[in-house]
Amino acid sequence: MNNVQYSRASDVPDAIRLLAADPGAKLIAGGTNLIDLMKENVERPSRLIDISRLPLRDVEDTADGGLRIGALVPNSDLAYHPLIEKRYPLLSSAILAGASAQLRNMASVGGNLMQRTRCAYFYDTATPCNKRSPGTGCSALDGLNRNHAILGTSKSCIATNPSDMSVALAALGALVHIAGPTGQRTIALTDFHRLPDDKPHLDTNLGSGEIITAIELPPRGFARNYSYLKIRDRLSYAFALVSVAAALELEGNAISEARLALGGVAHKPWRSLEAEAALHGQAATPDHFGRAADLLLQGATARSQNGFKIELARRAVVRTLMQAASATPQSQAHKKIA
Amino acid sequence: MNAYVGTPTSRVDGRAKVTGAAKYAGEFAADHLLHGFVVAATIPRGRIARLDTSEALKVKGVVDVLTHAHRPPLADKDDAWKDEVAPEKGSPFRPLYDDRIKFNGQPIALVVAEDWETAKFAATLVRVEYEQEAFATDLESERGKAAKVDQPHKPRGDAPAALTRAAVRLEADYVIPSEHHNPMELYATTAVWDGNGSITVYDKTQGVQNVQKFLCSVFGKKPDDIRVLSPYVGGAFGSGLRPQHQVVLATLGALALKRSVRVVLTRQQMYSLGYRPMTIEHVALGAKPDGTLDAVSHEAIAVTSRFEDFSRNDTGWAEQLYKSPNSRLSHKLVHLDVATPCDMRAPGAASGVCALECAMDELAVALKLDPIELRLKCYSDRDQSEDLPYTSKRLRECYARGAEAFGWGRRNPAPRSMRDGKELVGWGMATGVWEALQMPVAARIVLTANGHAEVSCAASDIGTGTYTIVAQVAADALGLPIDNISVRLADSTLPQAPVEGGSWMAASSAHAVLGAAEDIRQELARLAKAMPGSPLADPVNVTLVDGMIASNGAAVSIADVMRHSKVERIEKQKLNQFVEDKSYARNTHSAVFAEVKVDEELGVIRVTRVVSAVAAGRILNTKTGRSQIMGGVVWGIGMALHEETVMDHRFGRIMNANIAEYHIPVNADVHDIDVIFVDEPDERINRLGVKGLGEIGIVGVPAAIANAVYHATGKRIRRFPITLDKLID
Ligand SMILES: Cc1cc2nc3c(=O)[nH]c(=O)nc-3n(C[C@H](O)[C@H](O)[C@H](O)COP(=O)(O)OP(=O)(O)OC[C@H]3O[C@@H](n4cnc5c(N)ncnc54)[C@H](O)[C@@H]3O)c2cc1C
Ligand code: SF4
Repeated sequence: MNNVQYSRASDVPDAIRLLAADPGAKLIAGGTNLIDLMKENVERPSRLIDISRLPLRDVEDTADGGLRIGALVPNSDLAYHPLIEKRYPLLSSAILAGASAQLRNMASVGGNLMQRTRCAYFYDTATPCNKRSPGTGCSALDGLNRNHAILGTSKSCIATNPSDMSVALAALGALVHIAGPTGQRTIALTDFHRLPDDKPHLDTNLGSGEIITAIELPPRGFARNYSYLKIRDRLSYAFALVSVAAALELEGNAISEARLALGGVAHKPWRSLEAEAALHGQAATPDHFGRAADLLLQGATARSQNGFKIELARRAVVRTLMQAASATPQSQAHKKIA
Repeated sequence: MNAYVGTPTSRVDGRAKVTGAAKYAGEFAADHLLHGFVVAATIPRGRIARLDTSEALKVKGVVDVLTHAHRPPLADKDDAWKDEVAPEKGSPFRPLYDDRIKFNGQPIALVVAEDWETAKFAATLVRVEYEQEAFATDLESERGKAAKVDQPHKPRGDAPAALTRAAVRLEADYVIPSEHHNPMELYATTAVWDGNGSITVYDKTQGVQNVQKFLCSVFGKKPDDIRVLSPYVGGAFGSGLRPQHQVVLATLGALALKRSVRVVLTRQQMYSLGYRPMTIEHVALGAKPDGTLDAVSHEAIAVTSRFEDFSRNDTGWAEQLYKSPNSRLSHKLVHLDVATPCDMRAPGAASGVCALECAMDELAVALKLDPIELRLKCYSDRDQSEDLPYTSKRLRECYARGAEAFGWGRRNPAPRSMRDGKELVGWGMATGVWEALQMPVAARIVLTANGHAEVSCAASDIGTGTYTIVAQVAADALGLPIDNISVRLADSTLPQAPVEGGSWMAASSAHAVLGAAEDIRQELARLAKAMPGSPLADPVNVTLVDGMIASNGAAVSIADVMRHSKVERIEKQKLNQFVEDKSYARNTHSAVFAEVKVDEELGVIRVTRVVSAVAAGRILNTKTGRSQIMGGVVWGIGMALHEETVMDHRFGRIMNANIAEYHIPVNADVHDIDVIFVDEPDERINRLGVKGLGEIGIVGVPAAIANAVYHATGKRIRRFPITLDKLID
């Protein structure tokens, strides 16, 4: 681990000033991802700007009936927050599907959005990796890629985004509030993470001097018909091979609104408006869900070891939509898949 | 009198462990302690062309950087580096010896600093240039280069011919990946510089005397110069049988700097130590239509390093389990640019029996026989390799008791025939077998007039419960409450013990303690007899019970005897005496039953029930014994479904060297485990009838699960671990 300077930001403008003053600086919140990467010498910040005590821990109603969640709300607090459990249970469920109780207690909303890929080469400084050291090559393309992306990949990088929370946020149509040297801006969560293209070292569209201050949930919470299903190599405490966030609004058995996002398959949570639109007005049946899955997975390509993910994702989408339609969401406490 | 032996006695060290009072190797303090951090090679083969430590040395707090070019002397002869567990053939790895790189992750420098963070930071500043050489790390692509090793199994009959003519023949490769032990405690050594040139070494090890002798020979020291202690070990599972890098490096640092040095390996660095070697197990079985075996052929092809031949008995187990007139067994090694493998829980058997028991299941399917019925048809009452009977073998009872507890009789034999909602249900079973070994161990007992006894022995307790069984045996033999017994273990100055491994320590240490206690009893009888007006004037059949020495109905308190005789303490040391009767084979056995539920569409596997029925002689402690078996079952679940050390052969590097990505079962993966100890009186094996339980718990479990997965899905997965991608395509 490198020697680092340490500053504690007193408020958001202070954090932005500190970031601007030291281009090598990084924000630290829960530290559960950043410290690990520093130990591996993957991240070598010159300075840590501790934002963990900033007053960004509120969950508040917005004027239009949604919720605004401070960037420092711990993942556990958010998952068990009464308003989230009641109005946005999909988000609770996705958070609880991730990591372990201890990690979720430390992890923050902002840190979760910013967590980096789990690609093994990214973590191992002795191997080439475009994301870690631009221009060195992608070891995963023809190497160990069993858990790599099948959608939105590039010749430079086939890494996946590991966050569970983001998948639910994408499905719910969340917004990300950002503050920076030139003021504040808001972008859709689905525009927050990038595809790798030829710049895989950039995970997100957050500018270098910017900080996430909050995420905002629109009013519609899909609290009745939703499910988050995570398929992994053991029954808990593993990153997703494939995960699905599904949310429906039903009128009788007809779908009036559908949301569908995939995790573990791309450099960002994967949504397809086309797939969702195809469900509008349809009956909630496995056939229709299968067709939506096909649309969602359009263009999926595999490398040597991850071909299984395409079929797995398809089946998982159908299952999750069935769970959502029948109002029997996947439990994250019982590891049996419903 | 057995107040303790055979009962579910709680661990005597349990309180110390859960309160943190128990100290582990990396926790011992020393004045002016320095901290070493290992710099590891990042290529699998070549030499160090340049090693520049100047930047690291400039860091404030760094005391020195030891390298092959800058270090105190190390022994030059291979023999000096051969510890008691080293493979016979080969040249053991020597940390910081020369510029050769033999495997990825090999230690190439030790940064020593006033604190650990400084050492760790400075380690990133050590610049290394390599001359790389061509290398190979992939067993499967190098399979053609496999070379046969000598193993004691002589062929019987003509297996190839019998296979050709067999009515039913089954032949398959089972592939078991390399696996790492991942004990919870990190490998650590605190080498305390005593000021006068002698060193006290606190090390995480399974054998303090092995490490002590090794360090003396590597550093040219006299036995009194180095003392090794390892009072508590947070799991080792075989990885601590051989002295590891960190103990050499910490001692080297202490000698170089004449100060105390601690070296703790990181989790990642522990993947440069030994591991269960990847094997391709080729099994061929030939059977008659009635289900009796006519031929068994088992060949294991295993990875080893370029510099040592590590091999274990993967293939000999069919000789013990299944009657067959023809048999051919062989073991081959492929030398690769990797670290030398080492023992890992049930070495050889965990892999070899897994393959054999999957093959037996496949044969049962081919013969349309119930898997238990097939095994009973082939049941062998003799160890065929030497044609010997067993001291005891209650495997039949294991099958019966296990099957009953599991409900095996309700099994529909057809694959995919049982289901529970969206899940396919599978029931599978397998046999387990291990050796019942015993080794020379000595114990010392000091009985004091206040009715306390201290028992001491150099043996380690690697978490298995040695402290507890030693206390139980001593308490019973001395007729004292267990609270009056204190146990000291794992100090190289204590009476002799080999490494703790192979499931031999329970039987071996128990008999040493028993012997010493009997000598104490004799001494007490002698003293009692000499007391004026003694009620034990002519002591015969003397027993010690409830603090009394008794004979023929008369009794006198031990305290009185000692006070009268003006004896403050009685000290006796005894080496266990096993008269190994070569006309018997010694083994433990088990029958393992597993239920899996597999999501039909998604391939997600849950092991919902395991019943393990074990016959292992007398169980000294049914509580710690049960824990051993449960731990073995959980590990078996991991071996079946999760564990795999993944290497990128283009770099010759392990790519999942951490316990986030190297998967072992978590609580959610573990459901019901039922352990049954089958009564197995054995008067031949040793006086107490004890066989040992360390390894048997894992053997057979992976096969039972794989067989259950087949029964559930109709898919035979022969490449472990069985991950869901193998089921859904
Ligand atoms: C063993 C293990 C298993 C895990 N399993 C899962 C899993 O299954 N699913 C899952 O989703 N996650 C998993 N995680 C990841 C975990 O969710 C993240 O580590 C956590 O969410 C990061 O939050 P943090 O507050 O600790 O971030 P930090 O480590 O503090 O920061 C991470 C990054 O975010 C940046 N950052 C933090 N806050 C802000 C902000 N407000 N604005 C801008 N940038 C910011 C930091 O600069 C840093 O680059 C796992 C982690 C571990 C260690
Ligand atoms: S997939 Fe991306 S992160 Fe992984 S090696 Fe390639 S470039 Fe690096």
